[in-house]
Amino acid sequence: MKRHLISAADLTRDDAVLILDTAEEMARVADRPIKKLPTLRGRTVVNLFFEDSTRTRISFEAAAKRLSADVINFSAKGSSVSKGESLKDTALTLEAMGADAVVIRHHASGAPYRLANSGWIDGAVVNAGDGTHEHPTQALLDAFTMRRRLVGRDAGIGRDLSGRRITIVGDVLHSRVARSNVHLLTTLGAEVTLVAPPTLVPVGVETWPCEVSYDLDTVLPKSDAVMMLRVQRERMNAAFFPTEREYARRYGLDGDRMAKMPEHAIVMHPGPMNRGMEITAEVADSDRCTAVEQVANGVSTRMAVLYLLLGGSEPAVTTTNARTEENK
Amino acid sequence: MTKILIRGAKLLGGEPQDVLIDGETIAAVGTGLSAEGAQVIEADGKILLPGLVDLHTHLREPGREDSETVLTGTRAAASGGFTAVFAMANTFPVADTAGVVEQVWRLGKESGYCDVQPIGAVTVGLEGKQLSELGAMHESAAGVTVFSDDGKCVDDAVIMRRALEYVKAFGGVVAQHAQEPRLTEGAQMNEGVVSAELGLGGWPAVAEESIIARDVLLAEHVGSRVHICHLSTAGSVEIVRWAKSRGIDVTAEVTPHHLLLTDDLVRSYNPVYKVNPPLRTERDVLALREALADGTIDIVATDHAPHPHEDKDCEWAAAAMGMVGLETALSVVQHTMVETGLLDWAGVADRMSATPARIGSLSGHGRPIAPGEPANLTLVDSAYRGVVDPAGFASRSRNTPYEGRELPGRVTHTFLRGRATVVDGKLA
Repeated sequence: MKRHLISAADLTRDDAVLILDTAEEMARVADRPIKKLPTLRGRTVVNLFFEDSTRTRISFEAAAKRLSADVINFSAKGSSVSKGESLKDTALTLEAMGADAVVIRHHASGAPYRLANSGWIDGAVVNAGDGTHEHPTQALLDAFTMRRRLVGRDAGIGRDLSGRRITIVGDVLHSRVARSNVHLLTTLGAEVTLVAPPTLVPVGVETWPCEVSYDLDTVLPKSDAVMMLRVQRERMNAAFFPTEREYARRYGLDGDRMAKMPEHAIVMHPGPMNRGMEITAEVADSDRCTAVEQVANGVSTRMAVLYLLLGGSEPAVTTTNARTEENK
Repeated sequence: MTKILIRGAKLLGGEPQDVLIDGETIAAVGTGLSAEGAQVIEADGKILLPGLVDLHTHLREPGREDSETVLTGTRAAASGGFTAVFAMANTFPVADTAGVVEQVWRLGKESGYCDVQPIGAVTVGLEGKQLSELGAMHESAAGVTVFSDDGKCVDDAVIMRRALEYVKAFGGVVAQHAQEPRLTEGAQMNEGVVSAELGLGGWPAVAEESIIARDVLLAEHVGSRVHICHLSTAGSVEIVRWAKSRGIDVTAEVTPHHLLLTDDLVRSYNPVYKVNPPLRTERDVLALREALADGTIDIVATDHAPHPHEDKDCEWAAAAMGMVGLETALSVVQHTMVETGLLDWAGVADRMSATPARIGSLSGHGRPIAPGEPANLTLVDSAYRGVVDPAGFASRSRNTPYEGRELPGRVTHTFLRGRATVVDGKLA
């Protein structure tokens, strides 16, 4: 694996499978009475958030703490970030404080890449979402969720998502989740189809390794997982679609549409959901919807990422078997 | 009077000849000219061009002296072989009154490194709403003939029409920065494969092309001439080609960077590649070169846009748009046009000196290298190969996209009315 995690495209198939396998080990820790590993004791992880995202921040915070790292939350929102040097100066400050890893969320696409490649800091950089570019740990937790549900928790170890058909629906144009997922799911062997109104598909999408459809109903029966993206109501004002109701009618997932999906197929959502917009309450609250599971899986996956970027070669989890052998 | 004999220079790349400068003018051109009483410069087969003219330079003074001043900008110009530059109007305050253009003109006179011809803003404050006092700027000491809101598009069709019509009274020309504002809200880079991947706001080619199409039709309708700044797309080339074939009085410029660089470079998220109009695709680059060669695009203009370090040492979205270009323009043109066989040195002299001077109604520049003409000359060592090192720039700013890149050619001497502003590659 590379030293930073900026884009899902940086991951090879083996890297990605290793992260998912490691995340499964981490998930077992969550089932223990004491959900904590000593692996990153003495290491410092900074959550550098230039944009509000409580969900992602607490997920990373929980992940780092379960690995016993020291966590510093740095919310740069509200401070003067309009001038570019504040990213640089902030980075230099964190470097001076000895950050081993910086988890960065930024409204500007490419900010984590700049942070990792400008020589401002030495630590590992983890992209926690940059502008409309990427959100690689979200894609990893999505892949983790899919592998568990579609391949199996134990059966999935060491395996990828070969042959699985994944449909991503909604505002692809502005979605960092979609970009990262297209890269990662393709790397893992899945077949990805994007579904959106043509206004919300980027010009240039033809080079992406996926299919594009404007018609949700024809794609649903051929989907093993359907990921609904959050659609911001403000997009309506920029004429991306006429009204909320029209969007929901054409691209929203309701019970009738869900019934067209294969029996085993799951519904995913990165959250937060716009109930009534891209997803109805009936679907959101059904057993097939993995939204809450995804949140739990997010912690395990981020533990795996931090461990692999910072922990090096020592095993993350001492298994019960190993301990028994030691006792002999 | 000082006499200078340039011995054995290839005039516009032709056979080696001698050129005798006497005072401010060229006294003689021929072979075996007498060096008596003259300082001799052995050109040794270097290329002699008329002094270069840049129709599109940002000198930043008044207002942003932290990025460039008229003095540092003209020093950069002389280093790059220029003897005249047109200073864009987007200063602080905007050059939209006779007072501001005269100030810039006077600072140019004082600098002594090259002639500075101010460009006046088309509209007050570049706001696109009310015409500036174009006549007053023309009648001022600065004698403004080129008007532009560069940096902003004159997007209101009526204002553009009126401006095109109005400047006919004194032979002026409007230079349009073609960018449909609504289509480029939040735009960060060329819209296409790379923007889709990087998640940066797309800047569609049609935003440029639709304005050019509108403006050539307006120019035709009112019988005016129009100049298109920094044309950047293959589609724009098609429209200008069509307009010219129709007899519409349109001229167009291309920047050196649009002749060489593509939006693939943005994958580095390095804001040194952030520029307006944005870097486009390989297909556009090739179309622009072809158009410059066949005359569809009339001239090369640098769009030299200096910015302080902190405005580029940041994340992409926060960075300023623009690149410095005066000191690398000729090298890029040699690399992209001459060494590809698309243009000979006579063609370079036309595109970088004679025609920009004509478009800007600048007498005394872009003249033939002949007896009696003003001695505005540039001597180029075309055999030179070197790596671009911004530390050596005369410009106050360093935002060059060519750092570390090997480019051919070096200006060894520049003469402004017989006075050397650059000698052996160094500012005099």
